[in-house]
Amino acid sequence: MAHLSTVPLSLSALLSEVAAPQCGGTCVFLGTVRDGPEDGGVTAIEYSAYDAMAEAEFDRILAETRGRWPDARVAAAHRLGLVPAEEASVAIAVAAPHRAEAFAACRYVIEEIKRRLPIWKKELRADGTATWVDPSGHPSMVGPA
Amino acid sequence: MDASLGGTGTVRVRFFARYAELAGRVEGILAVPLPATVGDVLARARREWPGAAALPAEPLAALNRRQSALDSPVSDGDEVALLPPFAGG
Repeated sequence: MAHLSTVPLSLSALLSEVAAPQCGGTCVFLGTVRDGPEDGGVTAIEYSAYDAMAEAEFDRILAETRGRWPDARVAAAHRLGLVPAEEASVAIAVAAPHRAEAFAACRYVIEEIKRRLPIWKKELRADGTATWVDPSGHPSMVGPA
Repeated sequence: MDASLGGTGTVRVRFFARYAELAGRVEGILAVPLPATVGDVLARARREWPGAAALPAEPLAALNRRQSALDSPVSDGDEVALLPPFAGG
């Protein structure tokens, strides 16, 4: 299925994808667009992606997660386009028989998403400026999650 | 004979995010003499499109939608993408 979305992410859709009677623990992670005290008035982030590669890499990350935690059920999505502050840019749901696997698998998915998906973000500020976020060269940065 | 061992290859080059702004384009087609590497395609892109000269010396690259080293060989019909540091999530 497609993991990239230009419309607001639906947590309930992800939850219904992973729900199962044998699962007693469900872990959800939402990354949201932040405008913290040091972020300089971020009103929104514009996300763009190398769509075909990001979808393929997304599939690989989820397949690896299912390989490492065979009893876990995993669903995740990333939003593209303009995402206003407070709204979710990434959403992950993991259901597993017990909470430890659910937390571990959910953590794995978000870390791999941040490390491997060819997605970029441009922060838009109230003063009309816009800057590309480069996590490698801007460690105090910011952005969602 | 392996087509990658000689002749000319046509490669689609794609630029993303800040690199697209620097290059002034999101994609272009280059004809490169084979054999050639991803790095050779990058060097040719810098000459062909002046804005692309501003890309870092060794940017992240993908070959046919998978992350790739700059010394990976390219073939006719390949897609080379130049990728700024990832910032998803």
